[in-house]
Amino acid sequence: MTGGMPGPAPDERMRPDGRRNTQGIRIDPEAEVTHEPREAVLSALVKHEPGVLSEVSSLFSRRQFNIESLTVGPTHDDGVARMTIVIEEPQPGIEQAKKQLRKLVPTISVTELDQQNTRRELALIKVSGEKPDDVNAVADMYGGKAVDATAESVTVELTGSKQKIDAAVGAFEQFDVQEVVRTGTAALERGADTLENDD
Amino acid sequence: MSERASVRADEADADEDEPEQAPVTTGAQSVVRALENAGAEYVFGVQGGAIMPVYDALYDSEIDHVTMAHEQGASHAADAFGIVSGEPGVCFATSGPGATNLVTGLADANMDSDPVIALTGQVPTEFVGNDAFQETDTVGITQPVTKHSYFADDADSVGTEVGEAWALANEGRQGPTLVDLPKDITKGETDVEPAAPKRPDTYDVPEEADDENVQEAADALAAAERPVVLAGGGVIKADAADALRDFAFEYEIPVVTTMPGIGSFPEDHELSLEWAGMHGTGYANMAITNTDCMLAIGTRFDDRLTGGIDSFAPDAEIIHVDIDPAEISKNVHADYPLIGDARATLRQLYDAMPSAPDADEWREQCQEWKAEYPMDYETPDDEPLKPQYVVERFSEVTPDDTIVCTGVGQHQMWASQFWEFTEPRTWVSSHGLGTMGYGAPAAIGAKLAAPDQEVVCFDGDGSFLMTVQELSVAVRENLDITYVVLNNEAVGMVRQWQDAFHEGRRMASEYPWVPEFDKLAEAFGARGFRLEEYDNVEETIQAAREYDGPAVVDAIIDPAENVYPMVPSGGDNGLFALNERHLEQL
Repeated sequence: MTGGMPGPAPDERMRPDGRRNTQGIRIDPEAEVTHEPREAVLSALVKHEPGVLSEVSSLFSRRQFNIESLTVGPTHDDGVARMTIVIEEPQPGIEQAKKQLRKLVPTISVTELDQQNTRRELALIKVSGEKPDDVNAVADMYGGKAVDATAESVTVELTGSKQKIDAAVGAFEQFDVQEVVRTGTAALERGADTLENDD
Repeated sequence: MSERASVRADEADADEDEPEQAPVTTGAQSVVRALENAGAEYVFGVQGGAIMPVYDALYDSEIDHVTMAHEQGASHAADAFGIVSGEPGVCFATSGPGATNLVTGLADANMDSDPVIALTGQVPTEFVGNDAFQETDTVGITQPVTKHSYFADDADSVGTEVGEAWALANEGRQGPTLVDLPKDITKGETDVEPAAPKRPDTYDVPEEADDENVQEAADALAAAERPVVLAGGGVIKADAADALRDFAFEYEIPVVTTMPGIGSFPEDHELSLEWAGMHGTGYANMAITNTDCMLAIGTRFDDRLTGGIDSFAPDAEIIHVDIDPAEISKNVHADYPLIGDARATLRQLYDAMPSAPDADEWREQCQEWKAEYPMDYETPDDEPLKPQYVVERFSEVTPDDTIVCTGVGQHQMWASQFWEFTEPRTWVSSHGLGTMGYGAPAAIGAKLAAPDQEVVCFDGDGSFLMTVQELSVAVRENLDITYVVLNNEAVGMVRQWQDAFHEGRRMASEYPWVPEFDKLAEAFGARGFRLEEYDNVEETIQAAREYDGPAVVDAIIDPAENVYPMVPSGGDNGLFALNERHLEQL
C-alpha cells in the first residue's frame, strides 16, 4: 500500500517523562493516587412522572456504574419522588455518577449522603411453619415480627441495615426459607439537613 | 407554482391585512405554532400515518418543509442545519419505522452536541402498549441518545412541550431532543396557544466560570513554559471563535483543535497547529503530547483524540473549560475545572492573565515540528489520482467561507487534513458516532442553512451508497451542492485497518463493482462528472462548481492510498506513524 509522509521515526522523537493512570490522573512519583472502589449512597429528588425510573436505570447501566441497590418512592410532595441509589465505585466514578444523574431533565437534585446516614431496608421472609415458636424467637432477636402464619408457613417482617437483614436471612435458613423479598436501601441524612436545601 | 405554494402566496397577501395569526384549534396546530414562535424556517421530514395531523397543520404555515428520501436523511439534514445555523434543525417522522429510522441521526447529534429537535408521530394513546400497527416505544428507544425525549399526553400542553424541547436542544450544551406525538393528541381540540420556548426549570445553564478558579487557571497558564490551547467543538457551538482568536493572538499561545473544533481557529495562522488525534497532524500531536499546560475548551477528550489515556499530555496541568459539568474529569483529570460558557470564560481568562507565558522556545519548537512533519504526500505524475490532490485543488479555488460536508472514512480524513479551514461553521461532519452516509443529506441541511455559501461534500464510494437516495431531494430542491466521491472501490478505512492490524485479510472491505456515480447522478437528475486524470482536475472542478444545481464528481483515486499520520487505537499520540514502516515498529 502507498501513502506516507516524511519525518523522524517514532523512536527518534522528543518524549515527555510523565504518565497518567487509568483514571486520567497524572502520576505523581511522590504520591501515586489510584482510587479504590467504595460504597456510596446517592439520594436524588426527581420529578414524579412516567419513565423516570427507566431513564435513571438506563443511565446507570449504559455508563457501567455498579448499582448495589435502587429504590424509589413518593415524597410528601406529590410531584416529587425520591430515589436512593447505592453504588460501589472509585471516587471519580462516584463523582461522574452524580453529575450524569444530575444532568437528566427530570432530576431536581442529587446528594451523596455521608457515611453516618440513616439506612433502612425492609424484608419479608417466608419460612416453614413447622416451628412457629422458634421462628418467633429468632424474629425477636432481630426486632422483627410475624405478620402472617398458616399451618405450612410463617412470614416475618424485618427492618434494618443491609448487614442486619443479611444476618437475619442467614439465621432463618434453619427454618427452610421459602421466599425472601427485600426493598433495597432507603436512606436519609442524620440531623436537620434535607436534600431540598442542599442543591 | 404548486397548488400548495399558490395557496401560500395568496395567504401571504391576506396576511398583510391581518397580521394576527389564526388561533390554534388542535394540538397539531399548537405544535406548528410552537415551532413558528421558536423561529423555525425549515422542517426536514417524511410523511406517514401517525404524523399526518401535524403535516396538515404545516400546510398553513410559513415554515418550509423539505421532503427527504428517508428519515435518516431527515435527521442528518436537520443536524447539519443546526451545525451551520447554530439553531436547532427540525425533523419529522411518523411512528414505528419512521421513528426508528431517525435514531441514527439523533445518536449522531447527541455525540457531537448538535442542536436538533425531532417530532415523531405515535399511534393514538388508547392503542399505545398494544403493539398497534406502526407502534414502537419511541421514547424508550431514543431516551439514551437524546438530551431528553418527551411523550405528549395533552393537547392543551403539547405546544408548550415542543417549545420546551426546542429550548432544551438549543441551550447549554446543545443536543437533540424529541417529542413523541400520539395521533389523538395532535388531532385533539385545544384553544391553548403555546407558551414561549423555555427550558425546563431543572436544567441549569452555567454562564461565567467561578472567578477564583479562573484566576488560578490563568496564573498556571501564564507560568507555563510549553502552553497549548486545545479548542473543541464547544468553541464553535458557543460562538467563541472570535474570543479564542483574541486570546491566542494576545498571549501568543499555539492552538490545536479537535476534529469537531475545525474552523474555530484559522489554519493559515502561524499559531495554528491544525488538529490532533488519530489522523491529526504530526505537529499537533507532538504539541499536545509535550505540553506542560493545556487549556482545553469545549472538548470531551474522546478516545480518538487522546489515544491511550496513560500517554495523553502526561506532563500537562489541564485547564478544562466546559459548559457540561459531567465532562469535567470524565476521561482526563482536570487540574483546573472551569464550568462555564466557552465565550464568557475565554473573556474572563483574557482579563485574568497576569502576563503572557514566556514561551519563545516552545513556539520555535512548534514551528520546527511543522517543518519536520509536513503534511506532504507523494505526487506522482501518473494516474491514478491522489485524493489529497483533489481536496487541495478544491480548497484552493473555493472561497474561505465554503462549507465542507463529509461522510465517514478515509475521504473524511483527507478532507479534514488537506482542506484549509479558516472560519467556524464551515466543517460539517460526523465525529463521535462516525456515521457513514452522513454527507449526502448533511449537505442539503447545510446548503439551506447558508444559501449564499458554497457547499462541497466529499464522500467515499461506500459512504455515499448508504444515503445516495437523498440526491433526489437535492435535485427537487435545486440545491447548488458539489458532491465529490473519492472513489477507491472499497471501504478504505476498514481495508487500511485490515492491512495494518489483521494481516491484510480483507474481509468484506473491497467492492468488486461500484456504480458509475456520474451516471447515477444523471439518473437522479443531477449533473455527473467522471474525473480520472490529473489533466482534467481543474476543468472538472470548475464545471462542477459552475453547474447551477447538484453536481456529482466521481473521482477515481488511487485505491492503494492510505491515511497518515496515524495513531493506532489506544496508542501514544507522540508515536504517530507516518507510514507503514512506522506502524510495524509500534
